Amino acid sequence: MSRPLPPRVAPAAALARALGALALALAALALAAPAAPGATPKTDLKTIEDQVMCVVCRTPLSVADGPQAAAQRRLIARWIAQGMSEQEIKDALVAEYGERVLALPDDDGFALAAYLVPIAVVAGALVLAAVALPRWRRRARAAAAAPGPAAAPELTAADARRLDEELRRFDG
Amino acid sequence: MRRLAVPALVAVLAVALVGLLVFGVLQTTDDRSLKDAIAAGRKPAAHDAALPQLDGDGTRRLADFRGGLVVVNFFASWCEPCEDEAPILAGLQRELERREAGTVVGVAVDDASDDTRRFVRRHGLAFPILRDVDRELANAYRVTGLPETYVIDGDGRIVAGQTGVITQRWVDARVGPLLEAATAGAR
Repeated sequence: MSRPLPPRVAPAAALARALGALALALAALALAAPAAPGATPKTDLKTIEDQVMCVVCRTPLSVADGPQAAAQRRLIARWIAQGMSEQEIKDALVAEYGERVLALPDDDGFALAAYLVPIAVVAGALVLAAVALPRWRRRARAAAAAPGPAAAPELTAADARRLDEELRRFDG
Repeated sequence: MRRLAVPALVAVLAVALVGLLVFGVLQTTDDRSLKDAIAAGRKPAAHDAALPQLDGDGTRRLADFRGGLVVVNFFASWCEPCEDEAPILAGLQRELERREAGTVVGVAVDDASDDTRRFVRRHGLAFPILRDVDRELANAYRVTGLPETYVIDGDGRIVAGQTGVITQRWVDARVGPLLEAATAGAR
């Protein structure tokens, strides 16, 4: 009694199956391989989150929520895993989303006021101080040099008498 | 005169502060002039900017695609309504190509290039994609949310616009007649 032979496999199919197995083995090796020295994390998500904005919500990424914020976090996490430094990640974020991804106000339009107003306030305060301080000092010096309050005029004898009488009446 | 100097200075500062606030409010108020002009049928001139291509070197402008209809679609991969309308845009591109009547141009806004590429692959989008990294074009079109779509005719005029997701009904109603006209004009 003869056993049936296993079905014959075409050479091309066998080759394809072998290549598939090889590809699978390579993929498994790639996944299991330890991180390359360059892929050691140099920063962390929290550090980056504090320095960048969610470009859609216009809030710091650390407090932002929503699909765009999630997409930015995924991207940053991927770059951290690749071993990119803090500055490299920030530069890459600017390349992807523009300058406004950085947690600094824009330098045009109304946002320019964020830079100009503090400068104007400090400059105004300095000018005010430069004008007012010498004046206050002059006034203070003048007040110190002036004689004391003029002495009250002395009462005449008649006025003194009348005052005594009034006081007595008031007490009595 | 001296007595008036300090109150005058305070008044000037107060006026400057109020002016700054008014300017800020005006800057952040949604400008609907473009949308209103389109709705009123005034056909405003299309804004343009040189934007980098998603794939390929250099930049391209919307004017580079002029000659037929240019359907400009502002989108992002993280935008859910953009997912909904992507098949409609893919179909519209096929129709535009079939009739040789123009093209769709996708403008990716606030989106990382790899995410945009995945989105394009997932939906099989076969039209040019530009990256508006600095929101130059999006700001020119006063895009405040995604998606937004504008139809530009062969003369560079905006003839239709949609804030929010487009539907097949919108395409049929707003782009269909333009397509017919473009095809008839080409005959």
